Amino acid sequence: MSARDSILARIREALRAGGARHLAESEAQPSDRVTGVRRVLPKVPNDFSGQVALFAERSEVLKTEFLPCSDESAASAQLKIVSDREKWESVALPADDRIRTLLSTLAVAKLEVSRSMAKTDLEKVSAGITGCDALIAQTGSVLLTAQSAGGRALSVLPVHHVVIATSAQLVADLPAAFEVLEHKYAPNFPSFMTFITGPSRTGDIERVLVLGAHGPRKLTVILIGGEGTSAGDGTSKVM
Amino acid sequence: MPSAASQFNTDATRTVADLGQREMVQRSLSGYQKTRSSNADRFQDWESARGRAAAIKDEAISQLDQYLIQFEEKLVARGVKVFWANDSVEARGYILDLARTKQAKSIVKSKTMVSEEIHLNEALEEAGFHVVESDLGEFIVQLRREPPYHIVFPAMHLTRGQISDLFQQKLGTQPTADPEELTMTARKALRQEYLSADIGITGANFAVAETGMISITENEGNARLTCALPKTHVVLLGIEKVVPRLADLALLLPMLATAGTGQQITCYNSLVGGPRSADELDGPEEMHVVLLDNSRTRLLADAEQRDTLRCIRCGACLNVCPIFRNVGGHAYGTTYQGPIGSVLTPHLRGLQSWQHLSQASSLCGACTETCPVKIDLHHHLLQNRRNAVAEKGSLFQRLGFKAFALVVNRPSWFGLATRAIKFFAPLQRIFNATPADPVWPWTKSRELPSFARRSFRDLWKERTP
Repeated sequence: MSARDSILARIREALRAGGARHLAESEAQPSDRVTGVRRVLPKVPNDFSGQVALFAERSEVLKTEFLPCSDESAASAQLKIVSDREKWESVALPADDRIRTLLSTLAVAKLEVSRSMAKTDLEKVSAGITGCDALIAQTGSVLLTAQSAGGRALSVLPVHHVVIATSAQLVADLPAAFEVLEHKYAPNFPSFMTFITGPSRTGDIERVLVLGAHGPRKLTVILIGGEGTSAGDGTSKVM
Repeated sequence: MPSAASQFNTDATRTVADLGQREMVQRSLSGYQKTRSSNADRFQDWESARGRAAAIKDEAISQLDQYLIQFEEKLVARGVKVFWANDSVEARGYILDLARTKQAKSIVKSKTMVSEEIHLNEALEEAGFHVVESDLGEFIVQLRREPPYHIVFPAMHLTRGQISDLFQQKLGTQPTADPEELTMTARKALRQEYLSADIGITGANFAVAETGMISITENEGNARLTCALPKTHVVLLGIEKVVPRLADLALLLPMLATAGTGQQITCYNSLVGGPRSADELDGPEEMHVVLLDNSRTRLLADAEQRDTLRCIRCGACLNVCPIFRNVGGHAYGTTYQGPIGSVLTPHLRGLQSWQHLSQASSLCGACTETCPVKIDLHHHLLQNRRNAVAEKGSLFQRLGFKAFALVVNRPSWFGLATRAIKFFAPLQRIFNATPADPVWPWTKSRELPSFARRSFRDLWKERTP
């Protein structure tokens, strides 16, 4: 008998012997699975501006630099400010027209990620700039995938990760973020998806917080349409 | 070789006397408790969240066979190789063969307790492979050739001074008292390892049956690099890691973080469902998933303690345990420390040799109260004691309890016994806390309370008209 068969046989035997399949299932009825989880998780405001404010508050705690901008040109100007402040020499980006345009005014070397590029090139750039799939107000997280963010390495190897998001991508909570994944990709999910919550960190030495353990030391989130948007604008979005 | 029980006594006694180490542990954990309770308070209903999390895991466990098959099918469809291992020998064997086939020289690992359980590093090193732990805490204890002190905080017992000395000695760096500088030293050393490693090995915190994905929770980014850069990604996980649906993670991820480190959610929570697909830019060419039983099915067959398979390895029960906080993680001599380790280890390695861990408990119940998936930990410790005695109790224990039952069931005998104790108590005082003391095992490290002059029964008689 293969190990697979013997493990499965032992599981079935154990479940039979133990009176099986009767463990507490009562608390998670399928009908209220999502709403029920939503009721126990931390509270999130219903309106767009409240959610932006919550994302900003979480970012502050997490040491994420959060920059809401009214439109594309404001975002472009913000990128210029960050680039000057951080003295960027080069940035890496996915082959994405929108990000290309946003960076057009930056006088730095630009590296578009491709299959043939060496991993060491990505390691040397001043910043990696990516899109994302969602921002999560509840936790201050960025959701991205290998498809939306130029693969697996671009958002983790460079020392500074900059995320470009639009107001339509801001969702209230974690259940809504999983809904985004389902709607956008199921059943053909990208091979890699990740929730990023603040810059890389560790507390392994005397529990002292240090940023940039292995991943980026800095995380900047630029939200286009996140400023000067009236409170009513976003209320129709997923909640 | 001394028995596990006597080794535990020796090591626990040593740590209890090591005030420096105890202070380090207490200090780390007091910070944890503050952030944990403030984040649990941010939940609208933490108690219901615990119930829901337990129910999700129970649902998976009660149909474990079906969910595992679903998990495997989805992975295989995406080109992942799934290997089932009955025990550590088979799991190690598969990974060793794979490393040989790939002609790997160097292997980078991100934190996985299952690899500690099957002693994977030792096996790989013995076979001539260069293996590096990439989680900072794991990297530190690996350099010290020590097992992790705690399932979540592997190097929590070390001061920055000790770590600085270690790096100076092993990596040739300058001494420093700055945790940031020490972290950057490790960051630099490990970057090279990721870039040159042929194989990356990770664990998994959850295995999603519905979509065939593993979920990895971390803060440093080392697991992300481990599954992004090397050509081959190997995932090692226990069969109990499975959860039914992708959306279940919306609850489990923040609960694991809150209970585990006191964060609302950890820095990176990644889902990996396969090697790089045709339209993706990077990622490994191959992904292998090793599903390990190693006595988990035996635990499943124990209807009384089956809920232990809900465990998400958050370490919360260690953090609140008065025993862990004083004897430290290494005294346990096990892969999993603290209350969950005391409950699990007898199932993994034999009840008679490991039941002493169930005795090292005040049964205060702090573990059960803090557990995010509501495992009845302190009752399981009691059950282990009962099972150990039922299986093979000593004559002394059996006679002792028989005598005790005989006396307490008879009021007149009980009265006599209390008077006898009062008579013997002054004699005991003469030898108090010396090896000649009949209750020496107690008095060598504790005070024996003195008996009240008059018993409750005497007082009661007087007050009742």
